[in-house]
Amino acid sequence: MANKIFLVIQREYLARVKKRSFLLATLITPLIFPTILGLFLWVGMSDTVGENRKVIEVVDENNSFFLESNELYSFSYSELGQEDAKLLVQEGLRFGFLYIPKLDIQNPKGIVFYSEETPPISMITNLEASLQSKMESLRLQASGIDPLLLSAFKTNVDIQSIIVSEAGGERISNSVVNYAIGFLAGILIYTFIFVYGNQVMQGVIEEKSSRIIEILVSSLKPFQLMMGKIIGIGAVGLTQFLIWILLIGLVSSLVMGYFGMKMPQQQMLEMSAQQGLFPADGNPEIVEILQMIQGLDFVQITLTFLIYFVGGYLLYGAFFAAIGAAVDSPSDAQQFMFPVTIPLLVAYMGLFIFVLDDPNSNVSFWLSIIPFTSPVAMMGRVSFGVPWHHLALSISLLVAGFLSTAWLAGKIYRIGILVHGSKVNYKVLWKWLKQN
Amino acid sequence: MEILSIRSLNKSYGSHVALKDFDLSVSKGKIFGLLGPNGAGKTTLIRIVNQIIDKDSGEIYINGQALKMDHVRNIGYLPEERGLYKGMKVKEQLLYFAQIKGLRKQDAKQKITNWLEKLNLSQWKDKKIQDLSKGMAQKVQFIATVIHRPDLLILDEPFSGFDPVNAEIIKNEILELRNQGVTIVLSTHRMESVELLCDEIAMINRSKKILDGTIQTIKEEAKTNVFRVKMIPDSMEYVPMGEELRRQDGMLEFKLELKDQKPNELLGMLMSKGEILGFEEIVPSIEEIFIQKINESHGE
Repeated sequence: MANKIFLVIQREYLARVKKRSFLLATLITPLIFPTILGLFLWVGMSDTVGENRKVIEVVDENNSFFLESNELYSFSYSELGQEDAKLLVQEGLRFGFLYIPKLDIQNPKGIVFYSEETPPISMITNLEASLQSKMESLRLQASGIDPLLLSAFKTNVDIQSIIVSEAGGERISNSVVNYAIGFLAGILIYTFIFVYGNQVMQGVIEEKSSRIIEILVSSLKPFQLMMGKIIGIGAVGLTQFLIWILLIGLVSSLVMGYFGMKMPQQQMLEMSAQQGLFPADGNPEIVEILQMIQGLDFVQITLTFLIYFVGGYLLYGAFFAAIGAAVDSPSDAQQFMFPVTIPLLVAYMGLFIFVLDDPNSNVSFWLSIIPFTSPVAMMGRVSFGVPWHHLALSISLLVAGFLSTAWLAGKIYRIGILVHGSKVNYKVLWKWLKQN
Repeated sequence: MEILSIRSLNKSYGSHVALKDFDLSVSKGKIFGLLGPNGAGKTTLIRIVNQIIDKDSGEIYINGQALKMDHVRNIGYLPEERGLYKGMKVKEQLLYFAQIKGLRKQDAKQKITNWLEKLNLSQWKDKKIQDLSKGMAQKVQFIATVIHRPDLLILDEPFSGFDPVNAEIIKNEILELRNQGVTIVLSTHRMESVELLCDEIAMINRSKKILDGTIQTIKEEAKTNVFRVKMIPDSMEYVPMGEELRRQDGMLEFKLELKDQKPNELLGMLMSKGEILGFEEIVPSIEEIFIQKINESHGE
């Protein structure tokens, strides 16, 4: 019995892995990632050489706002009139022209920025912030407070977030790293479910439309066939995924090495090798991230990822198999994709709107517990640290959810595979479900 | 000895009754024809025996044992709707089908080599199905059905889709398998192949069995005791007792019903009237019997 499922798994797995297209997709996909990264770095580097520094003409009727040039912008001050300055912009000699009219510093109005192309939002925000702080100093001065005295009082506050566990352990938490892990893992699971779920559906449609199905189900039970297919294709996905991890690791370190950057793990290793402690003169932010990465429970994250990766795929894979069995061609499948896409989309949006924003909110909790959304949503929580009983509840429900979708899908599957040429809608599916 | 026996089998799809109180017994080593128009319930019956769909009620026995999942090893099935994995190589495909039927890998490989040789497909064993001609693919399909050497071979419309040359090859393979002791159940709505191949038949119409038995007994029972006579009568004034069919160049052809005589007595009587060219009993073909039976059952 189990032997036959294994035969199906083996066939599904080998039929795909042996294809040339599998090899191509497996080798090319991970190259896209580092290539884009490399491209960005290359463009970014040539940007910072200075040639692309944007020159902004400033005409200040008050003669009191001096803006400091930086890597991105340089400011040129002149006695030019408004019209002449505009001309400079039109001729392309200046990126933009900032006009500051005579101002009432209690109620500054009428500052204008002229440019030939739409300025980046970050630039306007930057300019606003600089002018605002200048104006605040001017007003403080006007009310008799010495700006020097004030700057002496300026303090930089940096909150370090530490998570205290019940067992008394402490670890540093960094929401940027957590966010990145949750974001990546969630998207990976979402993509995996769709790509490989689709393959399950295509496979079922192939067997149905080429009329192999009746020969197959005279030798093994439809449920064995369905499960064999789902598991076999899942194994293809896992294989591809493992190869990718190896390749991405390899190629990324090559690319990073070429641009003189170092992988965080390498940096960490080198640093701890130097002193056994983090150097005091290191960039405090990087040090914090490194400490944070050290504080992460990688075993827990990897295990959880694998469980939800596989669990989520199995849960939805059964649905995809049922859809494939109900239709005659992929184009007919559209009408049944609704129940699959909606919960996945909810999970995906929930990940961004709720889970990554506040992993411990009520909405995040429920999204990470309900089996239809938990595979994507839980990955948004896991790097922030999830209590074991939440994980246990969520995983048990995921397993129960998978068993019930497989059971439901099996009922549709065993009838659907033998139905050709008739129009199947939700009403018909419901009738199939009710048959014993 | 019966290899397959079915007792009061019932199956409905919603309000549609596909099989009603259906009984059937198939003797070992025979070719059994399952006849019936499309939609009569043949495919439903076959699918139930192959455990593809569940029965509503009734009993099915294979070699005297109640039907169970292990019996797939004993049954070979060629469905009416059939196909192969187009992207898979011939030998891999056959190996897969043999293995899911329960054959061990080594045995399966040996049998595949033998069958491919037998049907002249050896040099195609590493080709994908999509690279084969339709006729070759059909032969591969047949091998996939018999590769595990089943005791009971169920063929649903086996000759549909086969070209005449391949149909002949397959027909000969079926006869050879029968001679080796394999029981063959073939379902068809084509009567011409039935009379040539089958030892026994059952006719199904509208979910019920309306007739069964050996071809011989069925024909025997369908006899009408009417003879076709072809003669040159001594006198052209001779008027036959039965329906006249043809009169040409002194030759007379007519039907004659046997009443309380023996055929020989009738023949003796005819011989005294002229020269007999032909004297044979009119026996309806299976097709005629079939149509007559269907009309009778509709009249009920």
